[in-house]
Amino acid sequence: MDPLGKPPPSSEITPEPLYLRRRELLRDALLFTATSAGVGGSLLWLTQGRRASERQIQSTAANTTTASPTLTIAERGLYRVDEPLTPEGAVTSYNNFYELGTDKSDPAANAQTLRPRPWTVSIEGEVSQPLVVDVDQLLQWFPLEERVYRMRCVEAWSMVIPWVGFPLGALIKRVEPTSRAKHVAFTTLLDPEQMPEQRGDVLDWPYVEGLRLDEAMHPLAILAVGLYGKALPNQNGAPLRLVVPWKYGFKGIKSIVKIRLTEEPPTTTWNLAAPREYGFYANVNPAVDHPRWSQATERRIGELRRRPTLPFNGYAEQVAGLYSGMDLQRYF
Amino acid sequence: MSNRAPQPWLKPGVFVGALVPLIVIAGRGLRGELGANPISQALNQLGLVALIFLVAALVCTPLKTLVGWTWPIRLRRMLGVFAFAYAALHFLTYVVLDQTFDWRAIIADVTKRRFIYVGFSALMLLIPLAVTSTNAAVKRLGFVRWKRLHRLAYVVPILGVIHFTWRVKKDVREPVTYAVVLAVLLLIRAATFLRARRSGSSSQRSGEG
Repeated sequence: MDPLGKPPPSSEITPEPLYLRRRELLRDALLFTATSAGVGGSLLWLTQGRRASERQIQSTAANTTTASPTLTIAERGLYRVDEPLTPEGAVTSYNNFYELGTDKSDPAANAQTLRPRPWTVSIEGEVSQPLVVDVDQLLQWFPLEERVYRMRCVEAWSMVIPWVGFPLGALIKRVEPTSRAKHVAFTTLLDPEQMPEQRGDVLDWPYVEGLRLDEAMHPLAILAVGLYGKALPNQNGAPLRLVVPWKYGFKGIKSIVKIRLTEEPPTTTWNLAAPREYGFYANVNPAVDHPRWSQATERRIGELRRRPTLPFNGYAEQVAGLYSGMDLQRYF
Repeated sequence: MSNRAPQPWLKPGVFVGALVPLIVIAGRGLRGELGANPISQALNQLGLVALIFLVAALVCTPLKTLVGWTWPIRLRRMLGVFAFAYAALHFLTYVVLDQTFDWRAIIADVTKRRFIYVGFSALMLLIPLAVTSTNAAVKRLGFVRWKRLHRLAYVVPILGVIHFTWRVKKDVREPVTYAVVLAVLLLIRAATFLRARRSGSSSQRSGEG
């Protein structure tokens, strides 16, 4: 018997040239793998690595919303849009809130830096009863309503969101505007500790928005404290934000600390940053394009095809009267 | 055995690596992991990958003139062709997924919106470069004419950076980063060119663009 057993058939024997190059081939295979991984990895890092991954955000968003206390809603069914709601995960993970980062996914990823309690709001200016009030006190004063509104971003995407809040007009009435009050200015918290992007100068901080007094008194304009029946997640502007559904989303100022009634229209943040692109009124208007893109259509988040944008975001019947006789091409 | 090409792993490795963003974007898109606005996300990422390849193709020559590495030059054509491929996918995503063949809106965009006009011009200029990227095309055109045509490889990334800058709403930090890298790469060329001319040996000017 052959002590080594049966020799393998010659067809299975590695050819000598290949055998002699085995180290070289192995090295080449490793270098090939390393190169492709290096190139692929660098490309991924450059295009999406520095942005928080969507999955991470979705879990963060889920955490913040499950942690939020449920709100007591006195009224449902007032001003409901009869369109499918945008999923809560999308509403809480796709946000423009530059104070928490300029990428849409940043606000959810950085949400924990904002501390929405304790929180006071000052209502001042041309009013007979100025006051500084805790946000929880506001919830005692004004019964909460659920409002299902369309939200149209100036970037041509839109959502349908079940807000929880109370009419802005109710709060303004309470402080008794003087006869000189013609406008309302809103200011976001200025605190780089809580709002990291305020250390940079992408916008002129703090964020300021404004309305004409008659717009502010319109029953559709609300101060929201929640969405989907729960307290506002930080990335959506906790604890208190403005919702004006017939205007582009950037009018909906978040994390408000000051509401000031004034005679003159306030200088508003985006209008200051790019006056040709963002007007004071910012009423949703498919006939007036943003200088860099069309406003004729929008993508409803969750849908594939664009849909036509409606004048005043579909609220023309209720609000067009506020602007009768105005040239909306000029006062965009 | 000794006549094998140097670094036989290099081009295949870069080729496979260059496909990774496409595979990842498509995979995440199909699994619904591209966020709340997946079409816009895919559109932005494909465009950014195209710009990265345009800039990467311009890194090859400085690496040779400044560092003495010659291997990047062998990758330049592939980087350029990938830039074209990703730019074309970026445009197709816009036409098919974003606008769903709404030609009236597309024509209005391309003619009225300067950022889209600039991006579209960049893609149009890439077409002749992609078409003449073969060895046969170099022969057909003659090296001098081919080289002149391929100087467009400097123009296209400039248009790409402008397209990117004009597109963002306010935060221009990322496009400006690419603009700075691009400016450095172009300045290196300008400096090499001027030095070569001053030394009077214009005939010896480096053949690399």
